Amino acid sequence: MEAVPIVQVENVSKHFTVRKDKSLKERVVNAALGRRHAETFEALHDISLDIHSGNTVGLIGPNGSGKSTLLKTIGGIIHPSSGRVVRRGRMAALLELGAGFHPDLSGRENVYLNASILGLTERQIDRYFDAIVDFSGIEDFIDTQVKFYSSGMYVRLAFAVAVHVDPDLLLVDEVLAVGDEAFQQKCLDKIRSFQLEGRTIVLVTHTLSQITDLCTRGIVLSHGNVVFDGAPIDAVGMLRGGFQSQRDADAAQRLERENALSAPARARVAIPSVRLVDAQGAPTTGVEIGQDVQLEVEVDAIDSVRDWRLGIAIANTFGQVALYSSTERLGLDPMTELSGRSTLRFSMPSLSIGPGAYTVSAALEHRDGTELARAQEATAFRVADNGISTGLASTPLSVALQPAR
Amino acid sequence: MTDIARDRAARLAAEPWIDAGVSGRGLQGFVTTIRELWRYRELFGRLTKRELKARYKDSRLGFVWSLVRPLTMLFVYALVVGEFLGAARSIPNFGIYIFAGLAIYTLFSETVGAGTSSIVTNSGLIKKVYLPREIFPLATIGPALFTLGIQLVILIVASAVTGSLSLGPHLLYALLSIVLIVVLSAALALVLAATNVYLRDVSYLVDVVLVLLMWGSPILYSIAMVRDRLAGGAFEWLTQLYINNPLTLAVLGFQEAFWQAGASADFVPHLWVNMLIATGVSAVLVIVAQRVFARLQGDFAQEL
Repeated sequence: MEAVPIVQVENVSKHFTVRKDKSLKERVVNAALGRRHAETFEALHDISLDIHSGNTVGLIGPNGSGKSTLLKTIGGIIHPSSGRVVRRGRMAALLELGAGFHPDLSGRENVYLNASILGLTERQIDRYFDAIVDFSGIEDFIDTQVKFYSSGMYVRLAFAVAVHVDPDLLLVDEVLAVGDEAFQQKCLDKIRSFQLEGRTIVLVTHTLSQITDLCTRGIVLSHGNVVFDGAPIDAVGMLRGGFQSQRDADAAQRLERENALSAPARARVAIPSVRLVDAQGAPTTGVEIGQDVQLEVEVDAIDSVRDWRLGIAIANTFGQVALYSSTERLGLDPMTELSGRSTLRFSMPSLSIGPGAYTVSAALEHRDGTELARAQEATAFRVADNGISTGLASTPLSVALQPAR
Repeated sequence: MTDIARDRAARLAAEPWIDAGVSGRGLQGFVTTIRELWRYRELFGRLTKRELKARYKDSRLGFVWSLVRPLTMLFVYALVVGEFLGAARSIPNFGIYIFAGLAIYTLFSETVGAGTSSIVTNSGLIKKVYLPREIFPLATIGPALFTLGIQLVILIVASAVTGSLSLGPHLLYALLSIVLIVVLSAALALVLAATNVYLRDVSYLVDVVLVLLMWGSPILYSIAMVRDRLAGGAFEWLTQLYINNPLTLAVLGFQEAFWQAGASADFVPHLWVNMLIATGVSAVLVIVAQRVFARLQGDFAQEL
């Protein structure tokens, strides 16, 4: 059976005009001054894509990349400045749970109100009502005004309504991260059953594991452009790479600033660079498990330093430390004088950390704990997947089936 | 792929494409919107109910309050304008006279007033859920009709007691007035609600204009006073303008029905003709207003 497109986005661009004046007076004054208060901002830039029925598409990207705008454009909540979006079938948008709940109405009345906002008829709501209440798990409070609900109850009821709307196309924006764990699980199960029923889901999320777990396709947006469109696992990898470079830039800036600020007060020491090099001494950013690598930390001591130690940390993209060590632990004499430019070389023969992206940070401090210099996430590298294992650790592995004796 | 998924795909393949959030151009777009609104017709009732429930929430007397307000107004105007200022001397049954005018005027002012701010008030929904946004300004008609209903009960009882109520075809004028005001205020509410999103001053301006309109129609004084003052002068054309102000026509219609049948014949020989024309013009205005609304609503989500 060939794929049936359900959404077509054709050359969609969206400009926002950011205005700072709202009152008539301000407008008149500013018109006279030549509209200096209007700035345009391009949230989406000439985007074209098709979404096929039965797919679960994850839209990811850093904040401000335009993913929510794209989702709202598909939902018809925002109209594109140029281009067009066409779609078919019944659509439900879960952009915010409980939008349209009225605090003074009871849960029951709100179910009816919310469901008819989402496009159900009275008869359909009557039919689904018990299922909705059952799913939400708040039977006892259904006739209580929702303003007395706890936020958890509120969200449960709202989600219950939304998933019973029977959509062909469901748009979800960051709402799966609510409720307690049990309820989240319930939501994810519901999404899985939606997938089995061939419903199409477009999902905006920052929880990257949801993308790899749920989606059949990942789209990465950056500054209003589609920069990647393909397998979810690659999309997530791409995005992490992107975050990395952003982080690198931020870290470099911060370092510069900190150095400038802290230099006069303490001994003037800097860590100008941290590099990962291979056995031949060439800098590298992609390594394989078991490869021999060295970590070179350059130190520039303008004032000479004694009684010091330098620590390195390798962390994954979630900030979990995979490895930490220091010159002190490795037995380098702390009283060695550090002056001028020198390089500390940490050798890691047969690197054994799991596949994934990592960052390296280094810090130089007095042994009394005063920090002298720090290079936060100074470099990044990626450990290639060897196809054998995942996770932080990596070790030679094999398996055998032992027949029972 | 499961069977249910296959069926869904097959059904979707046969479904026509729709433009997301865009209803088309011109008259065809209007028809599409109306059709879509029809699909959401139950929501009008729910929004009306929500509005009414929320209005007197947690108050002991509840809907009694919606009776207190118009009765107080009636009392104050009858006393101050009627007795102190002497308007009652030339207008018999003055209480019924002003209450008839006030009732239909309230329908207009409530719809237009609430309609203007309806999009801004419902911004939470508009930014998060897709539905034809015309619903919000149009749904303000419901609660306003409810208020009118309550006032009509008082009006009918009072006019029956004072003997000004008589059965006959002139009662149809009341219906005609209501239709005229509903259609007219729907058009205004649509345009004003959309412009209010971009320029919040609109809602304040509307408040002021509504007061002007109340005094610009023969609610608290008789139309004869206006005609006599303008007669023969350079501003005689203003009389025609004044009379054909749709609000004046509706007020006259209500007075025909409940106060004194045939009272308007002096000023408007065939009131129902003028009213039908005004209703027709208003209906055309609704189409124009909806097109304006459709044009402006594209940026609602980011302007709110």
